[in-house]
Amino acid sequence: MSTPGIPMTERQPTPPLVEAVGITKRYGPTTALLNGQLTVRQGESHALVGRNGAGKSTLVQILTGLQAPDSGTVRFDGAPAPALTDRDAWRAKVACVYQKPTVVPQLTVAENLFVNRQPTGRAGLIDWRRLRREAAELLDHWDVRVDPDARTAELKVEDRQMVEIARALSFGTRLIVLDEPTAQLDNREIERLFTRMRALQESGVTFLFISHHLQEVYEVCQIVTVLRDARWITTAPVATLPREALVEAMAGESAAHREDTARTPVPADAPVLLDVRALTGEAYEDVDLGVREGEVVGLAGSSGSGKIQLAETLAGLHRPRSGTARLAGTALPFGDVTATLRAGVGWVPRDRHDQGFVPAMTIGDNATLSVLDRLAGTPLARRLGFLSTERRRALAADLVDRLDIHAEGTHQPVSDLSGGNAQKVVMARALASDPRLLVLVNPTAGVDVKSKESLLARVDTARDDGTAVLVVSDELDDLRRCDRVLVLFHGRVVAEHPAGWHDHELIAAIEGVARDRHAPDRHVPDRHVSDQDR
Amino acid sequence: MTDTPLTDTSLTDTSLTKTADIAKTPPHASARPAAGARSPRGVLWRRARELALVPALLLLLLLGALVNDAFLTERNLISVLGASAALAMVVLAESLVLITGKFDLSLESVVGIAPAFGALLVLPVAQAGFGTEWPAALALLAILATGAALGAFNGVLVVKFKLNAFIVTLAMLIVLRGLLVGATEGKTLFGLPESFYTLATSTFIGIPMSVWVAAGAFGAAGLTLKYHRWGRALYAIGGNAEAARAAGIRVERVMLGVFVVAGVLAALGGLMQTGYVGAINANQGQNMIFTVFAAAVIGGISLDGGKGTMFGALTGVLLLGVVQNLLTLAQVPSFWIQAIYGGIILVALMIARVTTGRAQD
Repeated sequence: MSTPGIPMTERQPTPPLVEAVGITKRYGPTTALLNGQLTVRQGESHALVGRNGAGKSTLVQILTGLQAPDSGTVRFDGAPAPALTDRDAWRAKVACVYQKPTVVPQLTVAENLFVNRQPTGRAGLIDWRRLRREAAELLDHWDVRVDPDARTAELKVEDRQMVEIARALSFGTRLIVLDEPTAQLDNREIERLFTRMRALQESGVTFLFISHHLQEVYEVCQIVTVLRDARWITTAPVATLPREALVEAMAGESAAHREDTARTPVPADAPVLLDVRALTGEAYEDVDLGVREGEVVGLAGSSGSGKIQLAETLAGLHRPRSGTARLAGTALPFGDVTATLRAGVGWVPRDRHDQGFVPAMTIGDNATLSVLDRLAGTPLARRLGFLSTERRRALAADLVDRLDIHAEGTHQPVSDLSGGNAQKVVMARALASDPRLLVLVNPTAGVDVKSKESLLARVDTARDDGTAVLVVSDELDDLRRCDRVLVLFHGRVVAEHPAGWHDHELIAAIEGVARDRHAPDRHVPDRHVSDQDR
Repeated sequence: MTDTPLTDTSLTDTSLTKTADIAKTPPHASARPAAGARSPRGVLWRRARELALVPALLLLLLLGALVNDAFLTERNLISVLGASAALAMVVLAESLVLITGKFDLSLESVVGIAPAFGALLVLPVAQAGFGTEWPAALALLAILATGAALGAFNGVLVVKFKLNAFIVTLAMLIVLRGLLVGATEGKTLFGLPESFYTLATSTFIGIPMSVWVAAGAFGAAGLTLKYHRWGRALYAIGGNAEAARAAGIRVERVMLGVFVVAGVLAALGGLMQTGYVGAINANQGQNMIFTVFAAAVIGGISLDGGKGTMFGALTGVLLLGVVQNLLTLAQVPSFWIQAIYGGIILVALMIARVTTGRAQD
């Protein structure tokens, strides 16, 4: 399995861009990385994969000079790494584009490119015209199509990322670390990002690419390094490492590939729980939708398709212009989240950091946040609004158990948890009220493989309990488990696929491309059909 | 998949050797492709928002002229400016702190205690002074130094010890007010050297020096904020402190500096107030911070940091100054003036929210 060293460029005389050997880092009793290693060569984009907690971010922090390793060496172009305090020297070697933006949202793109090194003219005053001109040149040079005068807050995520990449390149580095750059993008945006990445690779930029999505690794990287449990597992050219082997290296066990989720179809006479008729809102038009008891319906579409708006309308966030939605015969109270919750709708919002949880509150508090009115010990206490700590603890413990949340206990703040476990807390909150309808928006975004399995297993359990489930997602893995998938395009339902669809069919519908249904049955491994293939 | 052919060939001529210094050697500056969606309209719109309060100010002036003959006279307008100068200095100080993303409530007490401290250094024991009887020039310097020292103290607590700025400066507000009342035993300080009043009493082209100084301070601050790296650093820190740190800005040092500068400006504002009133009362500056925040927010300074201009803050000050003057001219009964003034500020905040179209967060 393990193939240390990189055979592809044996004869290359130049030293690697970066070479980290024997890196160990401990935080108190926990070992974040033990004897880690990584070698990135010029022109070979390198993927770094591993589940949450595998040591990826520790390695990146050491590679970008934010942390010093306890032992081990990092060399750039054969020379030892600069001192931690010499930020300029580090910036000339390597830069990282994090998921969290490191730009100032209120400033223009041009100024963000040159923060604290604005070109100055007479008397040390900033020469704004030169600043704008140099910014435009820099963006042009790397073919980043962004208006330098735009406020950075108004940029799309992908454009913001490109601005950060351009800024990093302007310091002279040709090694860019991308930390889960696709987490907040939809398929089309990811494809555009990849096109730009390939163009940058052509002009001499090397990427260290971190992603949860293995297919992306195959699309844009040549070499992959796998970390697991704070240890280096393998480094290999992606071409020689089949997907199964990569998953195995990451998971440390043969992850049973659940291609065929054989499930009993929903009986045709199962009552329709959610009945949406001619619903029209800001981003969607004339949507008819029915979800039966114990049925999981997927909702797919690109980010502008209105699928999230539609889901949020059902969760009570927005008020539609016209149309009706009934849950078990009762009209849903639009525009009123509290009433919607009470009507029996459980909701996992699209971004757990924004709407999912209160980071400083404990797991128990977060999981029971939406059902506080049910946690009173006596009817009187309930009327007065008092909670029974006992009942709350019991419910929280039960939820932690059911959702397999790995934590020290229900008293731990959610901010301590990994992405996967935090998402499970959000799911717990949605399930706490025993909802009749579960609306899940991107339920597995940014979580590791194992947490994803566990979250999707919970959806199956809810299904078996007779809950109606609506899954809105960009992930084909989420949608694959649905009994039906509806595709929204520009706000209208354009296609419906029963379970067992082929990836390319669904993607074609999502992208709005009419496809010949009888095309040769090509197997597309995961969600991306690259634009070049058409 | 690994070596997918490049579809976009526009970059293939961009060899590595060319990228050495982008700034000096524009690769294809002449044949520039139409870069993305340019939006000159967006830029204009943003500029227009900065001027949003100007129509309101003009409207108020017009209203004043219609309501009262005495309003639109040179004498009255100069008195509006003279009365607003001290407030303007404190608004300037607070705006700098707010843009950096912090708070300083104690500035209103600095307005009182800094000039009082200077006065106590000058005054003989018989007039409640310390008896040190310093020369006036030295005492004036001591006033500014007091402001700087108090700002530095706040800054150290907030920046170095990471205490919450709101509550720390609220505590300082109370402590400093208490110190002033204690040191003066609640009495008013009279008989100060003439130089303590000069800012308010001497004029240049008929306008008090305090107004010139305030205008100069706003001009200098506006210029620095727009055209100097230090000024831009304030916006960067207030907008995203981590990004500022990553860009090499010494975040802690800049924040500390801002607290010190704010303290000095507030002390200067206090001196102007002293000159305007002609004495130092134990409650000089008391309750001023409310008006200061109102002026800043009406003027478009964000309480969340990173947003706002000096021009906006200045229009906020002038707006409130004109309102105050109008209320006085209209001979509103003094018992009611507070309620009406507060109500007008509330309405002004609502109007500013509507006209600027941005949340006052």
